[in-house]
Amino acid sequence: MRKEYVYQAFERFWHWTQAALILFLGVTGFEIHGTFHFFGYAQAVHFHNIAAIAFLILIAFAIFWHFSTGEWRQYIPTLTNLRAQAEYYVLGIFRNSPHPLKKSVLSKLNPLQKLVYAGLKLLVIPVIALSGLLYMFYRYPQRYEVIALRIESLRTIALIHTAGAFLLVAFFIAHVYLITTGRTLTSNLKAMLTGFEELENEPNQAPEERSQP
Amino acid sequence: MKRIFLALIGAGALVGLALVMLPQRAVDPTPQARLKQQYATKVKSSVDHSKFDQLKRPFAKPQDVTAACLSCHNGRAGEVMKSSHWTWTRTEYIEGQGIRTIGKKNALNNFCIGIEGNEQSCNKCHVGYGYGDKTFDFKNPLNIDCLACHDNSDTYLKANMGAGMPDLKVDLNQVAEHVGRPTRVNCVTCHGFGGGGNNVKHGDIEKALFEPTRDVDVHMASEGENLLCVDCHTAEKHQILGKMYSLSSMNRNRVSCETCHSEVPHKDDVLNKHMLKVACQTCHIPVYAKVNPTKLRWDWSTAGKLKDGEPYEEKDASGTDSYMSIKGSFIWGKKLKPDYVWSNGTASHYLLGDPVDPSKPLKINELHGSYNDPEAKIIPVKIHRAKQIYDTENKYLIQPKTVSTKPGDGGYWKEFNWQRASEEGMKLAGLPYSGKYGFIETEMTWPINHMVSPKSQTVSCTECHIREGGRLAELKGFYLPGRDFSSLIERLGGGMLLLTLSGVFVHGGARYWTSRKRKGGE
Repeated sequence: MRKEYVYQAFERFWHWTQAALILFLGVTGFEIHGTFHFFGYAQAVHFHNIAAIAFLILIAFAIFWHFSTGEWRQYIPTLTNLRAQAEYYVLGIFRNSPHPLKKSVLSKLNPLQKLVYAGLKLLVIPVIALSGLLYMFYRYPQRYEVIALRIESLRTIALIHTAGAFLLVAFFIAHVYLITTGRTLTSNLKAMLTGFEELENEPNQAPEERSQP
Repeated sequence: MKRIFLALIGAGALVGLALVMLPQRAVDPTPQARLKQQYATKVKSSVDHSKFDQLKRPFAKPQDVTAACLSCHNGRAGEVMKSSHWTWTRTEYIEGQGIRTIGKKNALNNFCIGIEGNEQSCNKCHVGYGYGDKTFDFKNPLNIDCLACHDNSDTYLKANMGAGMPDLKVDLNQVAEHVGRPTRVNCVTCHGFGGGGNNVKHGDIEKALFEPTRDVDVHMASEGENLLCVDCHTAEKHQILGKMYSLSSMNRNRVSCETCHSEVPHKDDVLNKHMLKVACQTCHIPVYAKVNPTKLRWDWSTAGKLKDGEPYEEKDASGTDSYMSIKGSFIWGKKLKPDYVWSNGTASHYLLGDPVDPSKPLKINELHGSYNDPEAKIIPVKIHRAKQIYDTENKYLIQPKTVSTKPGDGGYWKEFNWQRASEEGMKLAGLPYSGKYGFIETEMTWPINHMVSPKSQTVSCTECHIREGGRLAELKGFYLPGRDFSSLIERLGGGMLLLTLSGVFVHGGARYWTSRKRKGGE
């Protein structure tokens, strides 16, 4: 066991800001959707628009960070060990089996995480961001008039945006639960807060499948 | 601690950057202040008409006043005689119906129905003297009634059943010596009393506009900007801007809020975006008939009941007419939420002789437009419903003769005989009458444009952006955030969330249970 610096400062900042923004966008967004009343409609729209722009700026920085550090490679989906990881969540976790894959600084994500996060980053977030941008700017007030894209109906944009929102909320719930499935209940949470996590294997070592005990 | 501090600064910077990047407009932030200044200076004529000898002469008849006016204001008569206030007719292109002439002269409504045969009474509001039947001389400038619009003494009055002639009590010299720019009283005396009483027709134009409070009309409030009708309905050469879709078909000569307030009047661009599809009036006139009730339904079919051979009237609890032998039954309403329709500025109209389909309500006027029409906006309207007489054989509306000027002329309001009223009315209108009549449901749509409320009473977001029961609940065919959703996406999304949550609980519960069992076993 050794303490490793797994999550860098920007990574943690990005993660927590993103978490807060998604939660806030969810609450304000579903108020705009008519699901409940909380902030008041005008405020919800106003806040949602500000948070959306903040989210886009954050995404821009995060993309830069991922490519400049090469961290994007962490998210390349793989089928290797996918089955082992799935089996762990379905069976092993109840038998107190150890995690099938060793976490390392070079491989922070298990195959299921890689798959889900890649889907999130390449599909769900781009779709929700693009539909959101269209939602926001298909009518854009200029200095003396309102310029409009020739979009016949908001309906398609709005429905895609809503569907994306449902997916993100589902991800949020599952994610919050799954952070308790680390080495201990709180080890993942502590790691994402402090950056440091106790890892079992040697630093900078590629992951390997552990032989079943 | 330092790191948390840094993270907070980062997050703060992010939100700050987002705020800066939101679209901002660099327009005059306070056009209201500029407008208030502009309208605070009231136009005051430097001419004192009470000093003119021509106006001190005794006037034998009202036409002599007109002659006195025209002796100085030469050329004005020609202008007035070109205006629809005089001609009571306009040439309009009506979509699907071609070019037609339409105006009070020949149009039907679902209130007192129409002027033909009834000119003695209806034409009280014609801007002329003596338009008592079709033979009226529209080419004689001396028949112009200058005073109806230009009396500033508040003493001018047109006579009932006088075909536009002044009441005999009027002191013509007093009026002629006090003429000027039309006041609210000049306009509203006719425009607020159409259909036989105060606020019967429009719902948003009535005697409360003589001296309105700010709550009634934020522009015309006597203790506020005190605007006159003619400040917005500006005129050039007696051609007055503005029109009503009860009679107008084309998208022209309209008065718009944007003239003063611009296309993007709000500080908040989310509100400005609304202006592509939502008219100003929709949010800024939350209620109409604010002070006095307006007529919502008129059932002519119950007319004609008599007590001891005499006509009678009944009033409801609020003091408004609920039944009149001469007119039938009424429903009135006060402080009403408007209905909402799409309008692109054009309308079609039922004209006498057009066929009707008795199986559904006849739209006497219909505003055109839809969400997909780039010219159309949502506007507030009053819908007036009625049951009125039609020819069941020839299948068109009947123009009955209601007003009676001499015994035996068929006037319904004296004889209470629909057969006779229809015969005489249709004879005057020049259309055959089959001898068989019935009553048909009709609808008229009256745009609500006046009685703009103060900002604080504006319609709020969730009065429309709400799942059920919103103001726009009935206006379908477009996606309205907050109201609309796809039930498929809601069900799939909701189901997914439910599955995720139950997955979390089942999985978490099982983990807890197995770990306890393990601990127990050790």
